[in-house]
Amino acid sequence: MRVRVLYFGVLKDLFGGESEMMELGQSASVEDLLAVCRGRFAGRDGLWESLAVAVNQEYARRGDALKDGDEVALLPPVSGGVERPVA
Amino acid sequence: MRVEITDTVIAAEAIVAEMKAGVDGAVCVFDGIVRDNSRGRQTLHLDYEAYREMALQQMCGLAADAVTKFGVRDVALVHRLGRLVVGETSVLVVVASAHRGAAFDACRWLIDTLKKTVPIWKKEQFVDGAVWADGEPFPAEIAARSTAGDSERRG
Repeated sequence: MRVRVLYFGVLKDLFGGESEMMELGQSASVEDLLAVCRGRFAGRDGLWESLAVAVNQEYARRGDALKDGDEVALLPPVSGGVERPVA
Repeated sequence: MRVEITDTVIAAEAIVAEMKAGVDGAVCVFDGIVRDNSRGRQTLHLDYEAYREMALQQMCGLAADAVTKFGVRDVALVHRLGRLVVGETSVLVVVASAHRGAAFDACRWLIDTLKKTVPIWKKEQFVDGAVWADGEPFPAEIAARSTAGDSERRG
């Protein structure tokens, strides 16, 4: 199957682009897709653990099955509004 | 309800004026503006970006939830994207209600929840470099959805 992967925030810098088409196996899950992305960047474990994933613009679970044509967005912790969180 | 994501200046005063109706006893406004520093570093500007369609959808959900949850009459929720300089409004929350308690509560809940769940990010440009702001951890109901090894399937 082919899915469109969208990168936001720090991930966009890391992957050097906003989106890409990705070829995955027939029964791939969100977790499988994350493993592919994660494989490209050793270290940065904290980042991968903190991500949320949206499939077709809804928050998804890591075990969710993907299907051909899905739009999968990798979302770092969000920082809209103004103030920084207190450390 | 008025829910928007905009690339231009948020006309805060005009939006607040439009929200007022005869049945309201209170209008509570949160006007989030760009501060001139972050942890001691001098801020030049902030660049906001969003997963736009999803962010708008999430904001619409929050506005509707606020009306249901707090019993307020009306909500305006507006977020600006792109480059903002010190003093400019990045997010505006307006809640109109018969009573002030509900208006305050709904306003606080809206900004706090928006900051944790709506897919918007900001890059802080300082005099001496730029950095993506650390976001707050996703709330449990979203984080749990993203836990590795969770084998639950979508319906």
